[in-house]
Amino acid sequence: MLEVPGGRGDPSFDKARDEFFSEAQELVDGLGRDLVALDQALKRGHSDPEIINDVFRGVHTLKGLAGLFGASRMSVVSHELEDVLDDLRLGRVELSSHVLDALFQAVEIYNRILAAEKGDGPDPTADAEALLVALGQVSEHRGGTGVGLIAQYDLDPGLLGVLTEYEEHRLRTNIQAGLALFRIRVRFSLATIDSALDDLKEKTKPHGEIITYLPTGSGTDIETIELEILMASRALLHVLRAAIAGPQVDIEEVRRRTAHSLAVQSSLPAAPMAAAPAPRSPVIRLDPTTDAATLGGSGPPPILGSTGLPALRAESTSARGSGPAPSATPAPPPGALTGPVGVPSRELSLRSVSQTVRVDIRKLDNLMTIVGELAIVRTAIAGLSDRVRIRPELRQLGIELQRLHRSFDRHLSQLQNGILEVRMVPLGQVFDKLARVVRQISREHDKLVKLSITGAETEIDKLIVEELSDPLMHMIRNAIDHGIEPPSEREHVGKDEVGNIVLNAFQKGNHVLIEVEDDGRGMNPEAIVASAVRKGMVSADEAKDLTAQDIFALVYMPGFTTKEVATDLSGRGVGLDVVKTNIAKLGGVVDIVSGVGIGTKMTITLPITLAIISVLLVEIAGRLFAMPLASVGEAMGFDDRQVRTLEGREVMTVRGKSLPVCRLARLFGLAATEPASTRSFVVIALMGNRSLGFVVDRLLGQQDIVVKALGRSIKSVRGFAGATELGDQRVALVLDVAALIDEVLAGGESRFMAAALA
Amino acid sequence: MRRVLVVEDSGSTRSFVRAVLESADRTDGVGPCEVVEASCGFEAMRLLPRGPYDFIITDINMGDINGLELIRFIRKSEHHRSTPLVIMSTLSGARDVERGLALGANAYICKPFTPDELCAACGRVLSQGAR
Repeated sequence: MLEVPGGRGDPSFDKARDEFFSEAQELVDGLGRDLVALDQALKRGHSDPEIINDVFRGVHTLKGLAGLFGASRMSVVSHELEDVLDDLRLGRVELSSHVLDALFQAVEIYNRILAAEKGDGPDPTADAEALLVALGQVSEHRGGTGVGLIAQYDLDPGLLGVLTEYEEHRLRTNIQAGLALFRIRVRFSLATIDSALDDLKEKTKPHGEIITYLPTGSGTDIETIELEILMASRALLHVLRAAIAGPQVDIEEVRRRTAHSLAVQSSLPAAPMAAAPAPRSPVIRLDPTTDAATLGGSGPPPILGSTGLPALRAESTSARGSGPAPSATPAPPPGALTGPVGVPSRELSLRSVSQTVRVDIRKLDNLMTIVGELAIVRTAIAGLSDRVRIRPELRQLGIELQRLHRSFDRHLSQLQNGILEVRMVPLGQVFDKLARVVRQISREHDKLVKLSITGAETEIDKLIVEELSDPLMHMIRNAIDHGIEPPSEREHVGKDEVGNIVLNAFQKGNHVLIEVEDDGRGMNPEAIVASAVRKGMVSADEAKDLTAQDIFALVYMPGFTTKEVATDLSGRGVGLDVVKTNIAKLGGVVDIVSGVGIGTKMTITLPITLAIISVLLVEIAGRLFAMPLASVGEAMGFDDRQVRTLEGREVMTVRGKSLPVCRLARLFGLAATEPASTRSFVVIALMGNRSLGFVVDRLLGQQDIVVKALGRSIKSVRGFAGATELGDQRVALVLDVAALIDEVLAGGESRFMAAALA
Repeated sequence: MRRVLVVEDSGSTRSFVRAVLESADRTDGVGPCEVVEASCGFEAMRLLPRGPYDFIITDINMGDINGLELIRFIRKSEHHRSTPLVIMSTLSGARDVERGLALGANAYICKPFTPDELCAACGRVLSQGAR
């Protein structure tokens, strides 16, 4: 375990340590994303120095963190990795797929180390050592680098003095590549500089590379800042001028000391503002006080204070001339927060850059539990209000109570939605990891695979996302391992030698659907059935009646996994039952569609959140049960006469389609408390592409509930997702509709432990 | 109570420094501090006019402007020309650190550091005063 040196037991140190874990994990995830981007760029024959530098910075930060928080293994790995990355970004080592392999491996090791530090993973020391060896080999291929080029340029020594080693390297590389250097001066509002600078970077990106930017310190006031940007570009001065919006942004080419003959077009400082009332962008503005001396880069820019205040006044005046909202406020004294310079920045500038807060998910769970308790209170109040209203003498009171209840209800659901929204994260978090897995596995199996991802922005509950990565990894592994054919085989059957795996996510009502589709061999139903019969999972007779759906479902049965299956089936197998179990734990289902020679599509259907659910309350034999509304299609009156028996299974016809029926009272072994003549209902449940009608005695209405886990003794009973407390001191069991549909449609009703309810 | 501006892009490192400095001992010559955090160079520049600060601690390798640029800016500004300034950085940036000291930083501590090392460095620059 980690220990903060000298800070044991102190809560603020504990907080810092918790932050360390999540920050380190975020950094590692970021590294993975960057590496995938580098890999893709490399395949197209590009190299992206910016991403390499990002990776370096990520590892650099990890190294610092690891040291600070005593994570020694991570520290050692980071140290070696940093050296390699430093060589890469400074051009001493070429980026090759060999080097990338080592870097990808490093991300895996980081993940293992983090898991081990948190206490849920094996000791990664051996893996880490193997990595260190690989990294050592990379560094042996160091090359030389160009020198002495920068001195040829007429650059401000003050600027050169603050270039980091990396920036210096980029400068050199660009000069070597024959790019010209430009000096750009832009004034930004401090409040919006981050976005404005990003904007500027975006605009300059097609034309070259920004080497560095630094505050000039000239004409600085509280609200604005002037940056000097050094850029390398192939573009001509006028092209660059046109690209960076605003004719008044000051750009000039940096002179080469040795080349006197070179006709350098040096831009003049902008005219005084009073004479140039042209409309200007509110964000990117040129400093009107810049003098020729500083533009030439020979002398130090004026220091704040001597020119700062007059500059501020001049700006304010001109802003009044062109801006829509003249301000009557006199120029503020230095140090005050008022007096925006043409930009309503007061409010903005008080905000911090990072407008996000990292929150422990348990805190959100806690809040959600409280909301759940409040929902119970709400229901109780509703009951009270009903009781009061039927008393004539309390009628007025009843009406007021009801009004309060409505308002309480509305705000409570807003609160609930707000918390749910906070828990939502984009699925992209998992998908990024999968991109790495695809790369690794396809290399292991000598297959060419292209992964396409859509819907990475689809949001789902944080807890679900975390549980999703293993099942998805399994599915992808299966798709590559057993689905996608080797390149030669693909060509032979007339397919492109590069196999495709499509990962597609989207929201559908209260569910999120994730499709994993490959264009590989597909699954052969006959082979699946033959194998299942051989293993005694189904009898030869039963096998005849299986639908295509049933057959594909067989691959998810425990035991349907071994190698012999994989070989004689040309198909899947590795632990797909685990996939099904994990998805079922999240309240979801997996469906398979497959065509021989065409490919396989597996679809995961998941609820958006687990925290709070809307349920339909039903009564069966005098007992209360809750059915998640997300899985309820509709409910209708039920008449025994509608039911007929088809192959030993009760079915009824709904809108021309036959629907299997399950009498829950019978399934649970509950004795009917009411005469059979009483009208009952059928609730049609839908899960993935299967449906089932549940016969219940009464429909009691719908309610939002927080599901509580069942105690250990009955946790193993299938068919129940948990229990919930209703507002009136009653308790209802929450049905696990997916599991029930599974069991019932598989004909396993008898396997239910009816006794558990007795 | 002393007021310190901590410029560092890693949240957990900031929390660490905050934890150390808020509970610092007077025997180090530091004493409990009020810690103002900036998560990047630009944010630091936004926070600088809201000083005064008794001292400033900055990282070098940051996302937007680097620590060297920030130090140059700080040393040029009227109000912070002489505010004691500590660089905290990893060894790999040794050359950058040298430059930082040349630009007017008063001390440098190498990451990772212990709470004691941090307090000692802060105490040193506070007792020296700025150059």
